[in-house]
Amino acid sequence: MSNIKQALQERILVLDGAMGTMLQAYKFTETDFRGERFKEYPTPLQGNNDLLSITQPQAIKEIHAKYFQAGADIVETNTFSGTTIAMADYQMEDLVYELNFQSAKIAKEVANEFTVKEPHKPRFVAGSIGPTNRTASMSPDVNDPGYRAVTFDELRIAYKQQVEALVDGGVDVLLVETVFDTLNAKAALFAIEEVKEEREIDIPIMLSGTITDASGRTLSGQTAEAFLISVSHIPLLSIGFNCALGANLLQPHLEAIANKTDFAISAHPNAGLPNAFGAYDETPEEMGEQIEEYLKKDLINIIGGCCGTSPEHIRVIANIAAKYKPRRHAELASVSH
Amino acid sequence: MKLSGLEPLVLNENSNFINVGERTNVAGSRKFLRLIKEEKFDEALDIARHQVDGGAQIIDINFDDGLIDGKEAMVRFLNLIAAEPDICRVPIMIDSSKWEIIEAGLQVVQGKCVVNSISLKEGEEKFIWEAKQIKRYGAAVIVMAFDEVGQADNYERRIEIAKRSYDILVNKVGFPSEDIIFDLNIFPVATGMEEHRKNAIDFIEATRWVRENLPNVSVSGGVSNVSFSFRGNDGVREAMHSVFLYHAIQAGMNMGIVNPALLEVYDDIPKDLLEHVEDVILDRRDDATERLLDFAETVKGSKKEAGADLSWRENPLQDRITHALVKGIDAFIIEDIEQARQEAEKPIDVIEGHLMIGMNVVGDLFGAGKMFLPQVVKSARVMKKAVAYLNPFIEAEKTDKQEPVGKILMATVKGDVHDIGKNIVSVVLACNNYEIVDLGVMVPPEKIIETAIKERVDAIGLSGLITPSLDEMVYLAKEMQRQNFEIPLLIGGATTSKAHTAVKIDTQYKNAVVHVNDASRAVTVVGDLLNKKGKHEYTAKLKQDYDEFRTKFLKRGKEKSYISIEEARNRKYKIDWDTSEIVKPNELGVQVLKQLSLKELEPFIDWSPFFRSWDLHGKYPDILKDEVVGEQAIQLFDDAKDMVQKIISKQLLKPKAVFGLFEANSVNDDDILVQKKGNEVAVFRTLRQQLKKREGIPNHALADFIVPKETGKTDYIGTFCVSIFGAQELADSYRKKGDDYNAIMVQAIADRFAEAFAEYLHKQVRTKHWGYAANEDLTNEDLIKESYKGIRPAPGYPACPDHLEKETIWELLEVEKLIGVKLTESLAMWPAASVSGYYFANPEAKYFGLGKITDDQVTDYAKRKGIEKEKARKWLHPNIAEQ
Repeated sequence: MSNIKQALQERILVLDGAMGTMLQAYKFTETDFRGERFKEYPTPLQGNNDLLSITQPQAIKEIHAKYFQAGADIVETNTFSGTTIAMADYQMEDLVYELNFQSAKIAKEVANEFTVKEPHKPRFVAGSIGPTNRTASMSPDVNDPGYRAVTFDELRIAYKQQVEALVDGGVDVLLVETVFDTLNAKAALFAIEEVKEEREIDIPIMLSGTITDASGRTLSGQTAEAFLISVSHIPLLSIGFNCALGANLLQPHLEAIANKTDFAISAHPNAGLPNAFGAYDETPEEMGEQIEEYLKKDLINIIGGCCGTSPEHIRVIANIAAKYKPRRHAELASVSH
Repeated sequence: MKLSGLEPLVLNENSNFINVGERTNVAGSRKFLRLIKEEKFDEALDIARHQVDGGAQIIDINFDDGLIDGKEAMVRFLNLIAAEPDICRVPIMIDSSKWEIIEAGLQVVQGKCVVNSISLKEGEEKFIWEAKQIKRYGAAVIVMAFDEVGQADNYERRIEIAKRSYDILVNKVGFPSEDIIFDLNIFPVATGMEEHRKNAIDFIEATRWVRENLPNVSVSGGVSNVSFSFRGNDGVREAMHSVFLYHAIQAGMNMGIVNPALLEVYDDIPKDLLEHVEDVILDRRDDATERLLDFAETVKGSKKEAGADLSWRENPLQDRITHALVKGIDAFIIEDIEQARQEAEKPIDVIEGHLMIGMNVVGDLFGAGKMFLPQVVKSARVMKKAVAYLNPFIEAEKTDKQEPVGKILMATVKGDVHDIGKNIVSVVLACNNYEIVDLGVMVPPEKIIETAIKERVDAIGLSGLITPSLDEMVYLAKEMQRQNFEIPLLIGGATTSKAHTAVKIDTQYKNAVVHVNDASRAVTVVGDLLNKKGKHEYTAKLKQDYDEFRTKFLKRGKEKSYISIEEARNRKYKIDWDTSEIVKPNELGVQVLKQLSLKELEPFIDWSPFFRSWDLHGKYPDILKDEVVGEQAIQLFDDAKDMVQKIISKQLLKPKAVFGLFEANSVNDDDILVQKKGNEVAVFRTLRQQLKKREGIPNHALADFIVPKETGKTDYIGTFCVSIFGAQELADSYRKKGDDYNAIMVQAIADRFAEAFAEYLHKQVRTKHWGYAANEDLTNEDLIKESYKGIRPAPGYPACPDHLEKETIWELLEVEKLIGVKLTESLAMWPAASVSGYYFANPEAKYFGLGKITDDQVTDYAKRKGIEKEKARKWLHPNIAEQ
């Protein structure tokens, strides 16, 4: 377990890039999504990417392997929507445990293969925990601002199930990501703490928020620093931002938190902003240049990509990251405690 | 310490004092309280916004009030706040004495909050558990200087508790020390009581110690408390707050609840006032309070010097006596009283006349915030002097037995330790020649009851400041009723209110219950209550007043919309009668059960409510292993089981039941037509929900669960009454021996047996007599969880709150004739340990709550039932929505 903590002291760790973008290339049809097992399933399943860990595990493994080959230290499990709340769209609540367990298992298999091949560079698996499609501190009904579509306890219970399955499947670290509502994240963290206590384990947690627009705030309205304060009660491995903005627009927010926390700092931005067709067209080189800015400013411990990034992006990022030392957060930690 | 709303709030050594807004606290703002009670959340939000605009850096939110559903209000208000970026940019302080409210609040706020508060009051275990939860939710916490012994009220106790709390939090819980805020209890000074003199300086010095010795913590407090005795004199209060803050901040107090409107700039305080105020705050002179009091008169702008101006001596006698009492001048009281005595028929008339009139004025002024506590104490002393002078004359007058002056039992209820108010009332009453039996604080109800009986007191005064005390008072009123008390019950203390007293307490006790909101009023109220001549009249008037108040209060409309009864009927719950299975009972008609052994009922007992009735909270059997109350629960349970065995073996209680199963149809949507033997029919009038609901959610009435006549099918319904006889007599026999414990035990057990009997009989009916669930296999736990098929709602309970329907059941089953259970005038069942209700067998039948109904249904109901609308209104009024 301390492996990843140790690696974090030694170098900037590289996180993988987009899963969804890579899957698009496979052009899976409804039939592919269903596979043999869900042939007769009553709801349409195309688009349920998490399900592919069960119906197309080979593709998922290939993608993980491509990212590791490109130089990633950590890949994320294919479980971004792996909660009963998000799976309700496909009426697949009962499948949540299996989805997470399988996704963790296959990612870990690939990671182990690479670690065996390159023992000097151990590979890790981060259990991806998405925000769900509901928000605990905002009302979906403009006419009823006091209404909530989901409660803390509902989220906590859903997250707890996902966390248990990911841990059972063998992930090295949990990654609560794309946090647009801090209250959702707090429920996830609460659930993780419960699991940690019940199982007497100490699994590291990465937390990554998302800042959606130029206002510089999370969707639920918090500034970067307020977000940091709201989740700092849990001993995190790292905190940072992902998705939404491209690398250059993310920088000020990383700066806003980097000198205010003892935790490691992570970033996995999109490949720029989406174009008119919803695709991302920042090239690996363009993105690499932006990322190098972070590194020059000593902002980063973990770096990767989100929407629109490919193994090629990660390769470029990994090459740049290798040239820099990680942000020295541990020293900060020892001073203030 | 770092906190956050939408924006961060970071406190460090260089930060200025953090100002916590208190107007969104129902205890801190009457307006806010009213708005919440009236469910005007929009306007309540404006108060929050106003606070933030006005500079509050944190807003304290509190809904602890006996008449508010605190949890619901907290969640709703915080959810609404979350949609207001100009409010929720600041961190929230979630303030409650109830953990469930705190937790509900923590679950709806995304930022890092402050929990207000936890303490060692109920022991380390609870403290540690709550701290752990708070840590996991990611909030800072206010720790009150309070432990198992009580609230810290001097320097040593403050630091002792702070140190202990700190060590536990930091070492045992791993709580971040920078997230700990101590509230070291700001208490009033200048109250006229010697022991309050050091209240401010002790706080300040303890703050200094805490900040120097407990690294990283903050110190907070509610500043306005300190000037409580000068309510009504804002000039002095403002100066007191400023002086207090000036010194407390220097000592290290770094946050607090301060009303900015009641704050003078320290440097702007006039020199002479400053000196007087600092004398009081810093306890610099023995006569500091008196000097400030005198000086306060000038601050108010009143030019008259009370002592020097003797023009009042020219006034008529009553005016002079009143003046002496109001001003607390005892120089002339004897000569005035002597004159009054000579004019009066009897010396006692002077007390009940002249003096009472004067004290009433004192009471009014104090109530209006125009007099301060120390002055009232002075008034009381003048009164005492007058009474002492009159006493020999009164004694001499009496040739027969001596009239008792009156003995008053005073107690702060269980779980509460606040006794300033109670002590003051005690002093004031004692000054008026009442004998006070003061039981102190945290007094268990049994002890109050026991002492009241033993000491033959003439009235009981209960005090409490924290919200849970309200429930204790209700409990005590119930006990007084159960034990047939006749003496008046006085209710006082900061959280109490006339509304709560009228709604929750007055209803529990048939005799006088009075809410007394200040000390001087207590004298006149007690005087009236104990006045031999007028007390019955006074009590009757009081009861009527509270009843009217209550009715008015309960009718307050909520912002809910209702649909007409016709529309509600269109939205009734629809069972598909083509496919729904209707089972014909094996045995139609009425049956009586008298030969049952209690032994058979024993397994059906649900023990959890039994423990609750003894104030041990938790589910049976887990409660026996509960770390906090387990030991007590086991002891109680052992005693209960002994009693149960004794009752069973000696047949001390007797179960009787009657039930009937009949053919039935629903007619005209809401009525149930029941076929008696022969061609006779009975009709149950059910009530239908009228709350406007979302599309697709039906408006229930019990009649929905019975097949309508027009289908041509026949359905069935059952009714029952079970009762446990002999409990009252058995309890009385214990009570006569002074054994209240067992007397209460008997009644609690009888109640359990009655419920168990209802459960037992329902099962018999389901599996045998009706037989629609012949093969069910349910454990007692399943039964408690109501997992059985069909329902047995009872009149007076949520699905059918109308007690009047009991009369129909009584007629249909001939309950009184067959088993002897009577209905009282208020339609309570006698013996009290009885349960009556209906049986519905349809698998789709379920329990629901009627909620509020509107006038059209009341009219319709009265018409259907053939009664006056007024009568219908009277019985249904708790369920009638204001329109």
